[in-house]
Amino acid sequence: MAEAKEADRLPDHVDHYESSDQGDFNENEAPGDSHEKILIASDSYEDLNYDDIAVSSFGKPYSGSIIDIVRHNSCSDEKEADASSLNLINESSAESSNEDQNEGQVKDLSADKVPEDVGEGMKLEIRENEDFGPEWRQKKKHLFIFSSAGKPIYSRHGSEDKLVTIMGVMQALVSFVQVSGDNMRCIIAGDHKFIFLNRDQIVLVGVSSAGDSSTQIVLQLSYVYNQIISVLTYTSLHKIFKQRRNYDLRRLLSGAEKFIDNLVNMMDTEPGFLLGAIRCLPLDAPVREMIEQTIVLNAKVKDLVFAVMLANNQLISLVRMKKYFLSAMDLHLIINLVNASESFKTAESWTPICLPKFDSSGFLQAHISYLDENSQTCLLLLSVDREAFFTLSECKNKIQERLLKYNSLRAISDSLATTSYSIQQCGITDLRHFLYKSKSIAQYTSPELEAPYLTPADQERLFGLYHYLHHRIHSPARPLKILYYVGEQETLLGWMTQGFELYTVFGPLVTKTNAIHAINKLLRWIKKEEDQLFILNSVTF
Amino acid sequence: MAQREVKLCLLGDSGVGKSSIVVRFVTDTFRQSLESTIGASFMTKRLNVDGTTYVFQIWDTAGQEKYRSLAPMYYRGSAAAIIVYDVTRETSFQSVKMWIQELKKNGSPNIVLAIAGNKNDLDDLREIDQKDAKEYADQIGAIFVETSALTALNVPELFMSIAKKLPSEDPFGGRTFDRKTINVRRSQAEKSSSSCCGGSQS
Repeated sequence: MAEAKEADRLPDHVDHYESSDQGDFNENEAPGDSHEKILIASDSYEDLNYDDIAVSSFGKPYSGSIIDIVRHNSCSDEKEADASSLNLINESSAESSNEDQNEGQVKDLSADKVPEDVGEGMKLEIRENEDFGPEWRQKKKHLFIFSSAGKPIYSRHGSEDKLVTIMGVMQALVSFVQVSGDNMRCIIAGDHKFIFLNRDQIVLVGVSSAGDSSTQIVLQLSYVYNQIISVLTYTSLHKIFKQRRNYDLRRLLSGAEKFIDNLVNMMDTEPGFLLGAIRCLPLDAPVREMIEQTIVLNAKVKDLVFAVMLANNQLISLVRMKKYFLSAMDLHLIINLVNASESFKTAESWTPICLPKFDSSGFLQAHISYLDENSQTCLLLLSVDREAFFTLSECKNKIQERLLKYNSLRAISDSLATTSYSIQQCGITDLRHFLYKSKSIAQYTSPELEAPYLTPADQERLFGLYHYLHHRIHSPARPLKILYYVGEQETLLGWMTQGFELYTVFGPLVTKTNAIHAINKLLRWIKKEEDQLFILNSVTF
Repeated sequence: MAQREVKLCLLGDSGVGKSSIVVRFVTDTFRQSLESTIGASFMTKRLNVDGTTYVFQIWDTAGQEKYRSLAPMYYRGSAAAIIVYDVTRETSFQSVKMWIQELKKNGSPNIVLAIAGNKNDLDDLREIDQKDAKEYADQIGAIFVETSALTALNVPELFMSIAKKLPSEDPFGGRTFDRKTINVRRSQAEKSSSSCCGGSQS
């Protein structure tokens, strides 16, 4: 019955699904799919891991509608061999069969307990640093950066000067392992993971008890490393340490700590970093087109490579030079730059920025300005010409004028007034929240955080659930296509296909069938709204 | 009224108050915890001095070392430079001397130099004697004032004395700018008057 009703409501352009008995969403019809290259998806998450961790390849990925996949799996439940060749785990997995054996058995992975006793390794080191009390120790995530000569560069909590002994110990471990021709990667001590990322002359160490996986921490460290490159360029970083191995990099990074601080904080709350995808500000397609055209018409100047318009960490439009592409990772750094700085709000700025994926050897010059009085809509014009400030400033004035005239800035602020959209709009009961990433365009969408995820603690827990789901699906040892997981407070369903990644959070009482119906419905809803939620056309000068 | 465009840049160590001085001058406000500037920011401000309107185009540069190499981009075309130091920090005054040397070497020959000892309100913590700084400024022929962006002491005065000290016949920026504006206005005036007169009389 329910299926028939759903089928009735199908939007026109997916009419042909009515003929199918379930009204299933075929995974090949990814919403927000585009053949045009808008953003380059960051390095594949799996590749990000240390090169030589083999990603075990399973058989040919099974594709089709989700119902088919699940059915196929249920049939082959007894035949273990078959199931594993499907790259797909439904209820039970070899590594954690105890946690999700069946729907009735529940493990509360979300329990938010602050570890009372800290991991062994941590204790060891802390004894040497009486300065750092229990508060410091209980921080869930630490980040340390030091040079290969052992000079402290950055610490997320506490001053790096006082942490010089801890960093010394870490440095010693790194070089001890290095002597034997190997690489230090990871120490696991109790709840704590210590992840090492050794990049040229600097070492980044992430310590986490928040439950994120090793690969996820490596990803975070890579972002931080790229942030440093963004400030200095790889070339100059390399040169500095080549000249003086024991150089104190803090001298050059002074003033840039806030970018690292802001980046690590954002990574704790913004799913875009985890997904390697950008969130777009929902706008009616004609409005967005109007903005894009305005930029194309008024900023067609020599040497301008990218024009990026942002509001509240969301992308409004991206116009690029024909030959060049912006990668999602670089765009994240641009978003971080804007998000971390108040100073762009006071005046037009002209600042060098290196985009590591674009070109790690040199700077682009960015003209940064806000277009409205409330400092919400930020325009960045990135040029290779260091003298282009006044030309670009003129472009900005023209763009601003025209956008005001056609009320586009108004449309932007209206869209911003509602942080995103409500989950209610999707019209799916029991669905609490979701993340949907279209892989081809490296963009994602998700609804506003609503009850029961209103307090920071609950939001952190939700984010933890997504981390878990993401980790299980992308597990290097055993990647999954679909994961259905029943927790104490919610049920999770993740689905990964060639075209998209979908992570959904349901109430705890949803049944598997209902959840699957719900995501079919959700995908159709996203498909219907794709013009609003995503940028599907690549606009060039 | 005559109008004149003045390109000006502020240089000096990080945290001495360059942005605070500019913000005080342009918007007459003060923010206790202004963020450090990233790269450089640009603002304009009109100021009337002796019947001439000076349009200051101000480049407020970042003081951090990593932006050091960008400085020539800003001071090269400037008609004036304000080098700011913090009266409570000896090292920032040492940097002033370095900047002056660099400007004498690479800046335009007629550049008007001004030295501003900021944070004059923090007299208790003073490390640089006003007399010494003044002596140094006189020696190199620079304008000298002690300012306070917090209390607004001497901030407009600083820009006024720069305006007064600009070479009267600026062979580059000033004249071309004047001619441009006059041309536009004159042609408009001519057009409208001729068409209007012609129309009514014939």
